[in-house]
Amino acid sequence: MATRTVVEGVALERRKRFSETYFGEWVMTTDHKKLGIMYIVTAFFFFLVGGLEALLVRTQLAVPNGQVLNAEQYNQVFTMHGTTMIFLFVMPMLVGFGNYVVPLMIGARDMAFPRLNAFGYWIVLFGGLFLTSSFLFGQAPNAGWFSYAPLTELTADCGATAVRCTAGLNMDFWALGILMLGISSISGSLNFVVTILKLRAPGMTINRMPLFTWMTLVTSFLLLFAIPSVTAAALLLLLDRHLGTHFYQAGAGGDPLLWQHLFWSFGHPEVYILILPAFGMISEILPVFSRKPLFGYTFVAWSGVAIGFLSFTVWAHHMFAVGLPPVAQAFFATSTTLIAIPTAVKIFNWVATVYGGKLSFKVPMLFALGFVAMFLIGGLNGVALAVVPFDYQVTDSYFVVAHLHYVLFGGTVFAVFAGIFYWFPKMTGKLLNERLGQVQFWLMLIGVNLTFFPMHILGLLGMPRRIYTYPGNLGWNELNLLATIGAFIIAIAILVFLWNFIITLRSGEPAGDDPWDAFTLEWDTSSPPKPYNFLVLPVVRSRRPFYDKKNPETADWKTATH
Amino acid sequence: MRMPLFRGKKPKRWGQALTALVFLSLFLASCDQYTPSILNPQGPVASKESGLFWFILVVATIVFVAVEGMLIYSIIRFRERPNSPTPRQIHGNNTLEIAWTVAPSIFLFAVLIGTIYTMFSLAQPAGPNVEVKVVGHQWWWEFDYVHENFVTADELVVPQGTTIQLDLYSSNVIHSFWIPQLTGKTDVIPGHNNHMWFEADNVTTTPYRGECAEFCGDQHAHMDFSVTVLPKDTYQTWVSSQQQAAAAKPTDPTALAGQQVFLGVGGCQACHGIVGVNLTSFNDPKAQSEIGPNLTHFGSRHLIAGGVLTWDPSTCQVVNGKLVNQNSCGLYQWLHDPQGIKPFSDMVIGQLTDTQIAELVAYLETLK
Repeated sequence: MATRTVVEGVALERRKRFSETYFGEWVMTTDHKKLGIMYIVTAFFFFLVGGLEALLVRTQLAVPNGQVLNAEQYNQVFTMHGTTMIFLFVMPMLVGFGNYVVPLMIGARDMAFPRLNAFGYWIVLFGGLFLTSSFLFGQAPNAGWFSYAPLTELTADCGATAVRCTAGLNMDFWALGILMLGISSISGSLNFVVTILKLRAPGMTINRMPLFTWMTLVTSFLLLFAIPSVTAAALLLLLDRHLGTHFYQAGAGGDPLLWQHLFWSFGHPEVYILILPAFGMISEILPVFSRKPLFGYTFVAWSGVAIGFLSFTVWAHHMFAVGLPPVAQAFFATSTTLIAIPTAVKIFNWVATVYGGKLSFKVPMLFALGFVAMFLIGGLNGVALAVVPFDYQVTDSYFVVAHLHYVLFGGTVFAVFAGIFYWFPKMTGKLLNERLGQVQFWLMLIGVNLTFFPMHILGLLGMPRRIYTYPGNLGWNELNLLATIGAFIIAIAILVFLWNFIITLRSGEPAGDDPWDAFTLEWDTSSPPKPYNFLVLPVVRSRRPFYDKKNPETADWKTATH
Repeated sequence: MRMPLFRGKKPKRWGQALTALVFLSLFLASCDQYTPSILNPQGPVASKESGLFWFILVVATIVFVAVEGMLIYSIIRFRERPNSPTPRQIHGNNTLEIAWTVAPSIFLFAVLIGTIYTMFSLAQPAGPNVEVKVVGHQWWWEFDYVHENFVTADELVVPQGTTIQLDLYSSNVIHSFWIPQLTGKTDVIPGHNNHMWFEADNVTTTPYRGECAEFCGDQHAHMDFSVTVLPKDTYQTWVSSQQQAAAAKPTDPTALAGQQVFLGVGGCQACHGIVGVNLTSFNDPKAQSEIGPNLTHFGSRHLIAGGVLTWDPSTCQVVNGKLVNQNSCGLYQWLHDPQGIKPFSDMVIGQLTDTQIAELVAYLETLK
C-alpha cells in the first residue's frame, strides 16, 4: 500500500521502501526486541522439529524389535534430535530471551551492536536450515551429537579394511553447521558482554543487575571461551575428511581422543550455557510470584560465576570409561563434585525465596516451581555420575539419558516455558490463557516424569544408549513403553501450548504494561515497548527499581543496604 | 486465585506412589534371568560398583526428601489466601548461606571419599589370571585367548573365581566393552591399548549378556556378546576342545556338500577361517586377512553376528538335504539374507539355493 500524504492539496506519493513493509520491517530490523522475538520463534520451530525427531525415536523404541525406522534412519534421527535441541532450540531460545529482555532490564535502548545482532540471528536461521536440509538428501548427520572420531572420518581414511565410518555428506553437514552456529554464538556473546558492561542505566551497578542479566553475562563469557574449542575440533575434522590430514586417525599417528578432549572442553561448559540463563529466568520469576525479593542475591549471582569457572575443569567426566589414569579421574571426580556445591546453593536460595512469601500460582510460577523440583533430580543423578566406579556402569546407558533430560527438559524447557508465559504479555501486550497454561503444565510434569524417570531404571538394567532396537526378553519392555507414553503426553502438552498461542494472538486478554506487578525495568515500559524502549532513561537505586517506583514508602534503597 | 490442584496433599501421595513404583520395578526387573542388571552383580568388580549405587541412592534420597519436602511445604503453607499479609521483604541471611554451603559440602565429601576409595580398590589384583585379547570389530567381538593360543567370537567363556584380564583393541572405530553383571565398561579405542579385569563368582546357567556401549555406527545395537562362566576343570576341557583343529573332511555327506559350499559358491572362505580346512593353525598368517569371525568351533556357539540372531541345532535339523523348518532356524535366516538381517554389516554371501544353505547349516553344525 502506498503512503498518501496530502500537503496543501498536492498529493505526494512514493512507494514504501522494503524496510517499511510489514515483512520488510522484520527482515531488515536491527531492533533487539524484534530480533529477540525472531530468535524465539525460530528456536520454537526447531523445538517442534527436534520434538518430532524425539517422537520418532520413542515410537521406534516403544516395543522390542521396532520396525518404524531402520538402523540408518534411527541413527540420523537421534543425532539430529540432540543436535537440533541443543544448537537450534535451547541456544537460540536463550539468546532470544536475552536479546529481548536484557536491554530492557538494564535500561538500555538497544544492544551495543544492533547490526551484529541481526547478523547473528540470520546465521542461526540459515545454519539451522542448512543442518536440517540434510534430511532432504537422506544424509543427515548420523554419528551422534558428540560426533566421536574416527566414526566421523571418511571410510577410506579411518583404519583397517572394510570399516564403515561415514562416507556420505552426513558429517560435512554437521561440521559446517556447527561452524556456522559458532560464528553466531561468538558474535552474540560479544554483543551481550559489551551491552551488559557498557549500556546499563545510571545507577545500575553490577551488583544491582537482575539475575537473568547476570547469568546471560556469565553464559556469554562461557561461549567466548568454549566455542573456539568445538570450532577447532570441527575444522580439524573437515581437514581430515577433505584434505587428507590425520588428526583423529590412530593408524597415521593421530589420536581419536583428541576429538573427545576438544569436544568436551566445549561440551561441558556448553551444558552450563544451556542451563545458566534458565537459572537466571527462575531467579526473576520466583520472587515476583512470591512477592519477595530473591533470597541471597549475592550468593545466587556469584554461585553462577563459580559454576562458570568450574565448568571448564570438569570435561573429562564425560570420559571416565576411556582409560584415563586414576589420578586424572580422581581430579575430574573432585571438580565435578565441587560444581554441585554452587548449584545446591542456588536451589536452597530459590526454596528460601518461596518460603515465607505470598505465592500466586500463575502459569510462569508453576513452571518455575516445576523447574526447581525437576532440576533437583537432574542435579542428584548428576552427582551420581561423578562417582567414577558407578559411572563405569551407567555411562553411555539410559541412566545418562535420564540425567540429561531432567536437566535440559525438566530444567531448561520448564524455564523456557516459564519465561514464555512470563514475558509474552510484554512482547505482545496479551496474556496467554491461564487455564490452558495450567493444563499444559500438569501434562508436562506428568509427561516428563513418565518419560524420563523409567530411563534411570533402564540404565540400571543395562540398556545402552543409542541402540535402534532391543530384544524382548531383557525386562526392558514395560519401562520403554512407559517412556514412549510419556513422550506423547509431552507432545499433547506442546499442542495445548500451540493452541493457546494461536487463540491468544487472535483474541487474548489485554495484558497492560505490568500484569504481574513485577520488580524489574522491562515492566516499566509499554507492552509491547516502543522501539526506543524508554522515553527517559530510568535511574536505578536498588536491585528492584520498578518495585521502588511503585512502593516509594518501602523502597529497597531505603530499607536494604545495597 | 487459588490453584485447586494444590489443595489437599495430592503431591505427597503422588510422590509415595512414584517411590513405590520405582522400588517395585527395580525388584521385578532384577528377578528376570536375562536382564543384564547392574543391581544383580555376579562378581567383585560389579559388586563394588553397585554397592556405591545403593550408597548414593541413600544420600540422594535424604537430600531429595529434604529439599522437595521444604518446597512442597512452602507451596502449601505460603500460597496466597484472601487475608495473606504482604510478606516481609527479606533479602537474605548470611548464616543460612554459610550453613547450606557447608552442609552439601559434607555430603559431597562423603560421596567423594567413597568414590576415590572404591576407584583405587578396583585395581587389578596381582597373581595368576586368564588373559584375553578382545578386538572390537564392526559389529562383533573377537576373543583371542593369548596364552592358550586360540580364537573365538561372540561368546566369552571364562573360569569361575579367576581374575580375567582383558586387553582391548580396535582397528576401526571406538567401541566400549560392558558386562553389566560383572564389570562396568571400558572404551575400546584405536591406538589405545586399554585394559580391564573382572572375576565371576558363580557358574552360569544362563550366560551373562555383554554389550557394546559406545555408539559405533549403523549396527551398534547388534554388537552383543555372551559370557559363560564354567567351573575351573570344565573350563580346562573347554580350552582343550577349542584348541583342536576341525576335521579336514566331515563324514556326513550333507555336511561334506556344505563344506564345498563354504569353500566354493558361498564364498565364505574369503573372510572366514576354519583351522584344519582353510587355515593351518590359529597362527596361520592368512588369518590376518580373514575379516570375519573364525568359525573353527562355530557349532559350539549360539550367538550369530553380535547377537542379531541366535541359533540352536535342534531348530535347524537337516533331513534329506533339507531343513525341517527353515523359518525357525536362525542360522538359515542369517545365511539366506545377511544384509536384510543386519544391514551394512560386512557379511555377504553368494546366491545359494535353500538346499545349499541347508548343507552349509549341516556343515557348520559339525564344527563343535
